[in-house]
Amino acid sequence: MIHSLFLINHLGDIFLEKHWKSVISRSVCDYFFEAREKAVDPENVPPVLQTPHHYLISIYRGKLFFLSVIQTEVPPLFVIEFLHRVADTFQDYFGECSESVISDNLVIVYELLEEMLDNGFPLATESNVLKEMIRPPNILRSVVNTLTGGSNVGETLPQGQLSNIPWRRAGVKYANNEAYFDVTEEIDAIVDKSGTTVSAEIQGVIEACVKLSGMPDLTMSFMNPRLLDDVSFHPCVRFRRWESERVLSFIPPDGNFTLMTYHISSQNLVAIPVYVKQSINFFEAGSCGRLDITIGPKQTMGKTVEDLKVTIHMPKAVLNANLTATQGNYTYDCTTKMLVWDIGKLNPQKLPNLRGSLSMQTGVPNPEENPSLNIDLKIQQLAISGLKVSRLDMYGEKYKPFKGVKYVTKAGKFQVRT
Amino acid sequence: MSASSAFNDEKGGSSSVGEPEYGHDPASGGIFSSDYKRHDDLKEMLDSNKDSLKLEAMKRIVAMIARGKNASDLFPAVVKNVACKNIEVKKLVYVYLVRYAEEQQDLALLSISTFQRGLKDPNQLIRASALRVLSSIRVTIIVPIMMLAIKEAASDMSPYVRKTAAHAIPKLYSLDPEQKDQLIEVIEKLLADKTTLVAGSVVMAFEEVCPERIDLIHKNYRKLCNLLIDVEEWGQVVIINMLTRYARTQFLNPNINESLLEEGGSGDKTFYGSDEDEDEDEEEKEKKAEVAAMAKRKPYVMDPDHRLLLRNTKPLLQSRNAAVVMAVAQLYFHLAPKAEVGVIAKALVRLLRSHSEVQYVVLQNVATMSIKRRGMFEPYLKSFYIRSTDPTQIKVLKLEVLTNLANETNISTILREFQTYIKSMDKDFVAATIQAIGRCATNISEVRDTCLNGLVQLLSNRDELVVAESVVVIKKLLQMQPEKHSDIIKHMAKLTDNIQVPMARASILWLIGEYCEHVPKIAPDVLRKMAKSFTNEEDIVKLQIINLAAKLYLTNSKQTKLLTQYVLNLAKYDQNYDIRDRARFIRQLIVPTEKSGALSKYAKKLFLALKPAPVLESPFKDRDHFQLGSLSHLLNAKAGGYQELPDWPEAAPDPSVRNVEVPEWTKCSSREKRKEKKVEKPFYTDSEGESGPTESADSESDSATGSESSSGSEESGSGSESEESKEASESEEEEEEEEEEEKKKKKKDLKKPVQESESEQSSEEEERKHQRKSKPRKSESESESDEDEESESESSQSESEDSESEAEVKKKKKPAESKPPPKPVKKESKKEKKEMSLLDLDDFEPAPSPQVTPVNTFLSNSLVTDLEGLSLSDSVLSPATIAPSSTLKSYELLHRITGEGLSVEYCFSRQPFSPDANMVAVQMQFTNNASSDTKNLHIEDVKLQSGMRVKEFPEIELLPAGETATAVMGIDFCDSTQAANFQLCTHTRKFFVSIQPPVGELMRPVFLTENEFKKEQGQLMGMNEITEKLTLDVKCRNEHTIVQRVTTAANLSRVPCGSDKECSPPLPPPDHPVHRFAGRTVTSGSLVLVTVATKEEGAAQLTVNCEKMVIGTMLVKDILQALTQ
Repeated sequence: MIHSLFLINHLGDIFLEKHWKSVISRSVCDYFFEAREKAVDPENVPPVLQTPHHYLISIYRGKLFFLSVIQTEVPPLFVIEFLHRVADTFQDYFGECSESVISDNLVIVYELLEEMLDNGFPLATESNVLKEMIRPPNILRSVVNTLTGGSNVGETLPQGQLSNIPWRRAGVKYANNEAYFDVTEEIDAIVDKSGTTVSAEIQGVIEACVKLSGMPDLTMSFMNPRLLDDVSFHPCVRFRRWESERVLSFIPPDGNFTLMTYHISSQNLVAIPVYVKQSINFFEAGSCGRLDITIGPKQTMGKTVEDLKVTIHMPKAVLNANLTATQGNYTYDCTTKMLVWDIGKLNPQKLPNLRGSLSMQTGVPNPEENPSLNIDLKIQQLAISGLKVSRLDMYGEKYKPFKGVKYVTKAGKFQVRT
Repeated sequence: MSASSAFNDEKGGSSSVGEPEYGHDPASGGIFSSDYKRHDDLKEMLDSNKDSLKLEAMKRIVAMIARGKNASDLFPAVVKNVACKNIEVKKLVYVYLVRYAEEQQDLALLSISTFQRGLKDPNQLIRASALRVLSSIRVTIIVPIMMLAIKEAASDMSPYVRKTAAHAIPKLYSLDPEQKDQLIEVIEKLLADKTTLVAGSVVMAFEEVCPERIDLIHKNYRKLCNLLIDVEEWGQVVIINMLTRYARTQFLNPNINESLLEEGGSGDKTFYGSDEDEDEDEEEKEKKAEVAAMAKRKPYVMDPDHRLLLRNTKPLLQSRNAAVVMAVAQLYFHLAPKAEVGVIAKALVRLLRSHSEVQYVVLQNVATMSIKRRGMFEPYLKSFYIRSTDPTQIKVLKLEVLTNLANETNISTILREFQTYIKSMDKDFVAATIQAIGRCATNISEVRDTCLNGLVQLLSNRDELVVAESVVVIKKLLQMQPEKHSDIIKHMAKLTDNIQVPMARASILWLIGEYCEHVPKIAPDVLRKMAKSFTNEEDIVKLQIINLAAKLYLTNSKQTKLLTQYVLNLAKYDQNYDIRDRARFIRQLIVPTEKSGALSKYAKKLFLALKPAPVLESPFKDRDHFQLGSLSHLLNAKAGGYQELPDWPEAAPDPSVRNVEVPEWTKCSSREKRKEKKVEKPFYTDSEGESGPTESADSESDSATGSESSSGSEESGSGSESEESKEASESEEEEEEEEEEEKKKKKKDLKKPVQESESEQSSEEEERKHQRKSKPRKSESESESDEDEESESESSQSESEDSESEAEVKKKKKPAESKPPPKPVKKESKKEKKEMSLLDLDDFEPAPSPQVTPVNTFLSNSLVTDLEGLSLSDSVLSPATIAPSSTLKSYELLHRITGEGLSVEYCFSRQPFSPDANMVAVQMQFTNNASSDTKNLHIEDVKLQSGMRVKEFPEIELLPAGETATAVMGIDFCDSTQAANFQLCTHTRKFFVSIQPPVGELMRPVFLTENEFKKEQGQLMGMNEITEKLTLDVKCRNEHTIVQRVTTAANLSRVPCGSDKECSPPLPPPDHPVHRFAGRTVTSGSLVLVTVATKEEGAAQLTVNCEKMVIGTMLVKDILQALTQ
């Protein structure tokens, strides 16, 4: 399956290579570099490339390319999903997935890759299992290791691989038993010029941080499970229970994990929390433009909208922006042509407004399209779909855990066309 | 890359013993001269006897390898450390070995003995890792050793080692393909493995080594299907892809009969007004379709194994892993009946939220699917709308999908979207949009003019690319109806002055030439201009100029003769030989000379023939001959190692090849034992209905699959139970099996060479030894464990239960052993029972309303309930026997008068409907009061709310005058009280009738202890609990009547009070007893709990806890009525 892996930074340097079968020369990456050059954006590099003898499947994460070399037929999603899992593991281990951090921990990374694949076929991808075999680095341990000559490799053999619940470590113990769940919903919407909603949907995810001793068996039920249109689960969730009773029943992994993601059916009306009044004009004469944006609350369910931010990718011709904001501040990056207006909290009494002029390059025809506005926002303690967790029960262990659920609504791909 | 910074980072990271005296990091490369010396350093460190130094050295070496630097000269120094005690050093040495062994084969041999020793280690993890490294070393000399190691590991007692063996198979195969035959043997053996851990890996090996040996799968097919949900994600992908191919060779095309499936397509609203049970619906639709098929006597019936595959893969659509979802999606696309494919759309649309690479692949597949099954994605049209922030390649693919989805109804919205896209800053995307508009216009004639006008407006766009693309598309559109659009052609002719894009220029010239009759004045003028600029044009434009000249010469030679001559002369000396050739050829053809042959007469016909309008097709058309989701599909070219998706067979191969013959009794007992365990700790709650295929005809294969599935779930279940105990139980069974086998002399391994079987035996002996060893270990661990006593006592309890159940099983076994064919016997007895009750029924049938039951009936009733509590599973003692037959209420279905002599009554017999556990059995009694015989009584034209299903009674051939007949049909009411409407047909008449169930009949009794009841009740609080105060009827104040009335009103069983005596001290019977009843709804199996708490003076409180609130409310009403009247 996966023959080799190359990690390539944004400059095109290969800073790590790992082969699971015989060695493939790194010159195979030249085909990739060619394609990379052709595509203007790194995002536009085709994920699957064909070379005379190999196939290259790559992902782009954190300004890095994970490039895998394949020799025979394999489902491309299999490889892509796996590469993302590798990146997730790095993120999990080192807090971020960047070149510097990987170079810092080259040996651990290499050991991880060794364990994750055997002969190119995924072996251990559960972070709980991996952490048993290779401990993630932390400062305290590296100090201790330096003093004692200890190591990062687990002394005990990983039992997790053998169990039927490979996602959970054996023998977990905590002084404080706690389980936290974050219900985060993102609104994906396209709003057109006139303010009507072209499309809107809600995507939700329940992230969990479970620190419970032993083998707890949790059951989470919702007040209104019928809202959920489409769901996907962490492998720990018993699907049949969900089918028959609409409850989530699971033995959780230890630590952080994504319990489920869901989708609220598009039949339901999606509450759009803010409205935007905008006018952006470019004038032929005088090579300038005007911009006027006002944001106001629409359906916020009585909560305050926070972290409001508007991002506009300006046309190339816009040289600079001379604007005044009644609230928050704005920045304009001349090289990337990004106008970012950071508003913060939305005050319904005094609506934030940004207006002013744009200076344009002379002699260049006006852009025919107005740039679209990307909106970021956050509403605490609200799941915009109305989803509510009704209860969380624990079986199998005797102690009383501390439980908590937090709701957040965010803007996902929230775009206003102008 | 900045080497120095990397070096610094490196230092910081692998910090352990970062002393400065070792100088520069070798990994950072640098000056070669010092390289040699540095390696000396490393060698010294490796030779030292300090582990920390060795570790540091190995870390640096591995870092070098990671960066792609050559570290091969250190081989001798490193290989010495292969036996190092320190685990981390050892691991790093392994990493090094695997990387360089191929280059230094001789030296690598030094390490082999270490691994061979490792293979014999008592610890399974060490055995596994030794095998893993040994098989990863690509040294041809050790092939025999590897082969031996794999064979041994394949029969190891640890599933993890067996998994590693499966992984090793493709490694050995790639090293030495000669070993194929032997490896296939190992694969065959491992395929029979029952653990989920092994399944994925061995199928992987199968795919790499012998994908053509599909026959190896037969015996394991059902097991794989049943294990699937518990296999790890990556294994699932491989298995599903393989099973898709398998199914294509073994089953019939479910879409042979298109007409039959259309019926299943339309879904009505379910009773609860939401489509929460959509998947269930789908299944039921399918069954409905099947029923319809049966009624119409259509030939196609889906193989139950085919159905099994579809059913067991469906839950995986909910996987978090995109590859798994895609694998299921392609399986459904290639294998499922048309009506069912729709379920995958939702999951695929979900994946569009994922990383852009995932989106890219998914969209490619959606594009292919949407051509064949447009309807599937139509509801999700908006999910394919494009955002300005999408990467271009995603945009283009989304556009493709949108175009495929366009039809008459949605085209206006799509075109409005397209209009926004055209203004985008991303010009490649705009060009793609214009092409998409063109395709919509050609496919949907209604919007052709609108599109054309829109495109013409684009011709005045500032951006040349946009204009050029529009020209090309307009050209294609105009070809469809040129006569109407001469003004557009004129407009385009003017554009030649401005447009520089060669393709566009060429298109305009072609258009003018083709339709020069429509623009007789402009055409020669265009040619004049072109002749002027001929030399500066691109080749493609030059060719079209020649073309235009030729056409004009033929139609309008007076004006253009000279111009043509001029152009042809220019072309004659062109640098490009294509153009020179073309010019020469055309000159000969159109200019008549003495030498020119017969062809010139036909020149006009040649040039001005009517050309068919081009069909604008999706580039994804016909891509589905590649298996979707595969690399080959993505590239639209066959990738190496791609296995063609075979076509459906004409006739289905023998399905019996998948039957697994197993010693019936061992299986049965183990199954029951496992069920018991499952009750203790369910993991992936496999519902009973799931494990026993409902549709399968032959009972033997049923039991096989059933038991296997339960074994699968057991594997995943009992999570906390230690490996050893399970293994012990497993091996016990194996022993049993062995005995059986010896008895029955079923020698599958006769074929195997004697030697092997010997080795097997010895390994088994080893296993046993090991087991013995492990047992004390287990108890040790138990006593050591600082878990509370409770858990221990619990486990001991469960153990005792286990032993109890075993004893019970044995008891059962004994009588059965005397009667070898056990199954039929069981069935017969069941039948007898049924008939008995039927007789009873007949006696009591006339009773129109619930009557006071004799006390003894009730007593026996509760006795049976108690007995049931003792039995192992509720299916053993069928609750049918509990049903108080005397109190069955019968309803009229067809009155004597309306039925013209035929009267029909029905009642809910409260027996499990044996063909399908999810159905309510309805017993019908037909009485022929007419003077003539009635023939061919049967059901037709069943009209149901969506999700409901009906299993008809077998046709009654003849009902003589004055006679009475009974029949049982099953109806799945989907837990709703909606009526099932159908026509009752005789040979002469049809009567519209309907059956509406009282809510109390939608459930079946279950046995719960008081504690269980309270626990369950605790989970069904809040909205799920309905409480009602009431005053009991005067006649109804004693226990017996209350119980009787409640059980009459609803098919529930009583929860014995005080049944948990061992837990609580015996209490004196309270003055105001509380009665509890429990049941489950028939379709969804939701618990229904009823509590009647009596108080002073006939006051009482009725509480119903039910997840299905509607059922709860209705039930409260019914019981209230029963108790107060």
